[in-house]
Amino acid sequence: MSFKLHGRMTGWLTVCLVMAFFLSFGACSKKGDEAGTSSERFVIQNSGSDTMVNLAQAWAEAYAKVDPSVSVEVSGGGSGTGIAALINGTVDIANCSRQMKPEEIERAKENNGKEPREFVVGYDALAVYVHKDNPLSEITIKQLAEIYGEGGDITKWSQLGIHYPACESDEIIRISRQSNSGTYYYFREALLGNTGDFKMGSRDLHGSKDVVELIGTTPCAIGYSGMGYATERVKMLKIAKTAGEPAYEPSVATERNGTYPISRPLYMYSLGEPTGDVKKYLEWVYSDAGQEIVSESGYVPLPAKERLIGRKALGESA
Amino acid sequence: MNIRHRVETLTEPVIEWTIRLCGISAIIFVFGIFFFVFREGSGILFRGFDLKEFFTSPAWYPDSISHKRYGTLALIAGTGSVTVLAMAIAVPFGLGAAIFVSEFCSPKLKETFKIVIELLAAIPSVVWGFIGLTVMNELIIEVFDAPIGLTVLNGGIILALMSVPIIVSIGEDALKAVPDSYREAAEALGATRWQVVYKVLLPAAKNGLLAAVLLGVARAIGETMAVLMATGHAVKIPHSVLDSVRTLTATIAAELGEAPVHSDHYQVLFLIGVLLFSITFVVNLTADLIVKGIRRK
Repeated sequence: MSFKLHGRMTGWLTVCLVMAFFLSFGACSKKGDEAGTSSERFVIQNSGSDTMVNLAQAWAEAYAKVDPSVSVEVSGGGSGTGIAALINGTVDIANCSRQMKPEEIERAKENNGKEPREFVVGYDALAVYVHKDNPLSEITIKQLAEIYGEGGDITKWSQLGIHYPACESDEIIRISRQSNSGTYYYFREALLGNTGDFKMGSRDLHGSKDVVELIGTTPCAIGYSGMGYATERVKMLKIAKTAGEPAYEPSVATERNGTYPISRPLYMYSLGEPTGDVKKYLEWVYSDAGQEIVSESGYVPLPAKERLIGRKALGESA
Repeated sequence: MNIRHRVETLTEPVIEWTIRLCGISAIIFVFGIFFFVFREGSGILFRGFDLKEFFTSPAWYPDSISHKRYGTLALIAGTGSVTVLAMAIAVPFGLGAAIFVSEFCSPKLKETFKIVIELLAAIPSVVWGFIGLTVMNELIIEVFDAPIGLTVLNGGIILALMSVPIIVSIGEDALKAVPDSYREAAEALGATRWQVVYKVLLPAAKNGLLAAVLLGVARAIGETMAVLMATGHAVKIPHSVLDSVRTLTATIAAELGEAPVHSDHYQVLFLIGVLLFSITFVVNLTADLIVKGIRRK
């Protein structure tokens, strides 16, 4: 290969180098500033569930007003990612839309010498979404299992007894989540039990929001995501436990009275007993102001009794 | 004068060794990376891992509770199909654009062209992926009446757009490196402009052009984020360009974060890394042999 750097390119290189120099200079001085204030400002690292990332962000923003000396840094990535970070000891609180598995708890104990503590901070009715033009309005758990599960027979919309001209191929396009998602685990367990697997060939997306967005532009699609992500381009299906039973739509009321079949708790995990600012933060999450944000984000807040239990659990640990 | 001479005899070996070290370091890095990736993944090979299943089964169930299966055939087919399609689009367009920029267009147009192409190369891959997920998805559904737009076609077009700038700029450099005397000689013999390109420039610049194509291929095979978003990320052996697929790189990117360190899943992901490494190695080696073959003739 014989090509030389010509004049213009070296010119560009110089520009780049100079810019890189100034950028690194800027970054260094900024770091210095932060180091100066970090003694006064406590940072809570909070990562995990993609379902909960909007909620956690809203909490963090509101808490900045409650206690300006504490800053909560939120990142998503999936429940699995949050748990992995908790096991490695790099976060203070892991958000999870599924429970930690026993072997994960074991590994966290081994790595850190502290047992993870579980806090239920809210509930989510997991919604099954279709395109807004889809004539289907309700579905049973059995049908969902046939659509999503390995060995299931339903692959066409007509098999669900509907005529759907907007989806010409009649093929059901399954939208799923990547395997580090807690939503993925929860949905699989709810449909297929402890040992079942999904059919291969589902489109596995990376975020709760991506799922809803894609369904909004794809007439043939079906997918699942937290009910907080609903938009006007999609429709939430009513869900019945078995054929013949009434179907319920996901809402705060149906979640609360237990009629909606696929709802789940949202968890926060800390390493060992939470102390200091982390404890104060969790106490605030259990407060009325914190729980108000849960319903604002589209999820189901804890009933008063469970708030008390949560606060008591925190109090006892002091 | 004498002092200067002595300083030079002293500094010369130092500089020479520094440069030699820089050269060797590239080799050390490559072997170091290969060693690390292989060491992380090799543990499972000694625990009765089924290599036949790894290469021939399309069933990829790393997180199943009852029956874990690690077959990569569908993933290999995914990477292969997207890369081949991307190259089928990018190579003719890229080389054509390189020839046009280098031989046919006016200097003023050439400057604009090169800036635009460099701009194309500067777009981050996640932005390409986003375009694939939103704009291209709807476009493919509409144009092809497909049930979903996240397909081999979508990923292939996105990857082609990403590798065209590389092919154009390196290809153009290769063509420019052909001495003007070749062109003058050909024109003096009465060749048309097309004949000059076809009979003289392309054969003279073939090594550089092949390098351009290869770097494009490498970019396409190694790209992660854009294909993760644009291909639909579905474990499936494609039957047409309108099927969704999942690539090897996207699988590593999506799953490594949650795979517990040193678990089977983690080690299999590293084996996929070794597989990717081997694929690029074979591609480069073949190209090298082809170039040598051409030279011998």
